[in-house]
Amino acid sequence: MTRFWPFAAFAALVVFLYIGLGRDPHEIPSPLINKPAPTFTLPELYNPAKQFSSQDMKGQVWLLNVWASWCVSCREEHPVLMELSQRHIVPIYGLDYKDTNAQGEAWLREGGDPYTLVATDANGHVGIDFGVYGVPETYVIDKQGVIRYKQIGAITHENLQQKILPLVAELQAK
Amino acid sequence: MKYLLILLITLLPAISYAGQAKDMAKDPVLEQRMIHLTQNLRCLVCQNESLAASQADLAKDLRQEVRDKMKQGMTDKEIIAFMVSKYGDFVLFDPPMQRNTILLWYGPFGLLLIGLASLVYQLRKRRKSVLEVKMSAEEAQRTAALLNEPKAPQT
Repeated sequence: MTRFWPFAAFAALVVFLYIGLGRDPHEIPSPLINKPAPTFTLPELYNPAKQFSSQDMKGQVWLLNVWASWCVSCREEHPVLMELSQRHIVPIYGLDYKDTNAQGEAWLREGGDPYTLVATDANGHVGIDFGVYGVPETYVIDKQGVIRYKQIGAITHENLQQKILPLVAELQAK
Repeated sequence: MKYLLILLITLLPAISYAGQAKDMAKDPVLEQRMIHLTQNLRCLVCQNESLAASQADLAKDLRQEVRDKMKQGMTDKEIIAFMVSKYGDFVLFDPPMQRNTILLWYGPFGLLLIGLASLVYQLRKRRKSVLEVKMSAEEAQRTAALLNEPKAPQT
């Protein structure tokens, strides 16, 4: 029996280390989940004279996708967003984060534009408000303007099917 | 020649010192306060670096944000609360004592107690097993004989 204890302790340690290995240290739980999304008013990408206000989105479920032309993972994510936009399930609003309008527009011309509207956050202040620390990030915001989910990193077919779309359907039914 | 080379190599760290990330230090007092505060905050991009030392773009922006908030008259506590509200407890290098960190704070003491308890247990057990060995009458006689034997002169 006494011989068994060191082995049990070792096995427990192995289990903890294994769990630790499986966790992604870049996915930090956001404290903003289930809190009202920060409100912002920002110039539109195609028409900088016009301002987009997040208040206008009250009453519908929408996705806020934070992206930039300099962001590598955004290229990976882009085809998934294009596909999603063609299905017309949920409006995708883009936040062009710390980018220039010229480069942002060029990027969308090249890869296609999945966004209902794109606002520009040139100095990154709105990004800080949303707790953005790595683009791409996507927020699911409900009819009351509350953040329900945050996807850190690229949207893939898997997390779209498993997490985002079921949540959107549920929120839209409310 | 060899000594010159060694001398140069030993001097290398002195000239390659990277230092804190520099930004515009218009107000040295404020800058000092900002660095002092951000040393205890984690940069979310390069997670083991402090916000004060990181060269990531986000860290630069956040240092500016901290400066702005200081200029607006916010206290260090309020600024830390702001950072936590945006990025969670993860930004704190010094985790607060709360429900989900109890294990972190008291776990080591718990392990120490378990260790002490098992040590005491083992020692008691050993004492018992040592006491249990009893000499037979014959052994006692032999021991007495040996002890009473005059010492052989040492050669």
